[in-house]
Amino acid sequence: MWALLRRDLRLASRIGGGAELGLVFFLILVSVIPFAIGPDQKLLARLAPAILWVAALLATLLGLDRLFQADEDEGVLDQFLIAGSSLELIVLTKAFAHWLTTGLPLSLAAPLFGLMLAIEPEAMLPVMLTLLVGTPALTLIGTIGAALTVSLRRGGLLISILVLPFAIPVLIFGVSAANAVLAGDPLLGASFAFLGALSLLMLVVGPFASAAALRLARE
Amino acid sequence: MALKLTATRLRCQRGERLLFEDCTLAASAGDMLVLTGPNGVGKSSLLRILAGLLAAQEGTVAIDASTLGDEAPVHYLGHRDALRDALSVGESLDFVRSMLGAPGRGLSVDQALDRLRALHLLSLPVGVLSAGQKRRVALAGLLCAGRPIWLLDEPTTALDADGQALAAGLFRDHCAAGGIVIAATHLPLGIGAREIRLGGSPSAPTASPA
Repeated sequence: MWALLRRDLRLASRIGGGAELGLVFFLILVSVIPFAIGPDQKLLARLAPAILWVAALLATLLGLDRLFQADEDEGVLDQFLIAGSSLELIVLTKAFAHWLTTGLPLSLAAPLFGLMLAIEPEAMLPVMLTLLVGTPALTLIGTIGAALTVSLRRGGLLISILVLPFAIPVLIFGVSAANAVLAGDPLLGASFAFLGALSLLMLVVGPFASAAALRLARE
Repeated sequence: MALKLTATRLRCQRGERLLFEDCTLAASAGDMLVLTGPNGVGKSSLLRILAGLLAAQEGTVAIDASTLGDEAPVHYLGHRDALRDALSVGESLDFVRSMLGAPGRGLSVDQALDRLRALHLLSLPVGVLSAGQKRRVALAGLLCAGRPIWLLDEPTTALDADGQALAAGLFRDHCAAGGIVIAATHLPLGIGAREIRLGGSPSAPTASPA
């Protein structure tokens, strides 16, 4: 599995791989929204956690459509299936590589981009932490969508339609955990716990559901 | 002769179309089987069933590699080369080696490429290779993984005359070393190969010469 992780990270770092692309897309989204909302700093600051979360969700979805399809196009997916190791583990490894190149960097960059949204200083760390805990759930939900659409040409849009509704709980708890701190509650409250629970749940469900979808696509 | 692959009374239907039924074949260590037949008769489907990538409606595939202590003895190589354009040839084969290989088995990447006279491609990205060069690299992957049973779908497409001769030699050596090669191809792979013809009659039964 180390070999697969190394390979996927290497692929992501090559041209068109999408590692930096997700981060740049995140930056563009975050910098476009103030133009739409206008120069009301108070309003921006209040919306900042939500904006960062929506941008993170869309940036995560960006690279997901190619997660399995690029391998399927070249016939590498067949090689995974004959490899003899569990497909679930392969899916999990690929999802982890995707998170390392998308979710992790954009979580770490969130405080920086938050500055553009006039985010309150005390909300910076909480937003970053919620993204760090919540983006794995987004990646894993998206993995299922990517596995379901693996045999479709131009499945990217379909993934978004399939995945976005299921990402709503993550979005709700992520934003409310970040807002809780602004309201004076402790960070590690109920919302944060739910966010963590969603990530753990998807860690269990995601690989199995994705592997089942990939096997179905063989027929 | 420990290694054995047996397929019994396979039936394959894709959608409405019955491709073949009652297809039985057997191969043991050292056998080279060549699947022939007109396009669309089900050669690729048969190979995918043997590789476990496709389920047969009826029948069973049994692979006995027990004495080799081998849980995944099959290496399937399809029309596509299973190489990603962005990786270099060396990186791709390294990955094949660690994904499909087992400790103490298979050639090193350099040795495998050398066998296919493609060592000069080692550091090039796969994306710049020609179709024939990609095929050579894909065939080198078979040597890197070193699995005993090779299921090959049109393994010599895009290869030049030299490459085809190399590939035929590769398959013969593999069989001589106690492996099994089952290939769907229209090219003569040389002596020692048993031909299995699919689609001889309208109902497409296949006789087993084994």
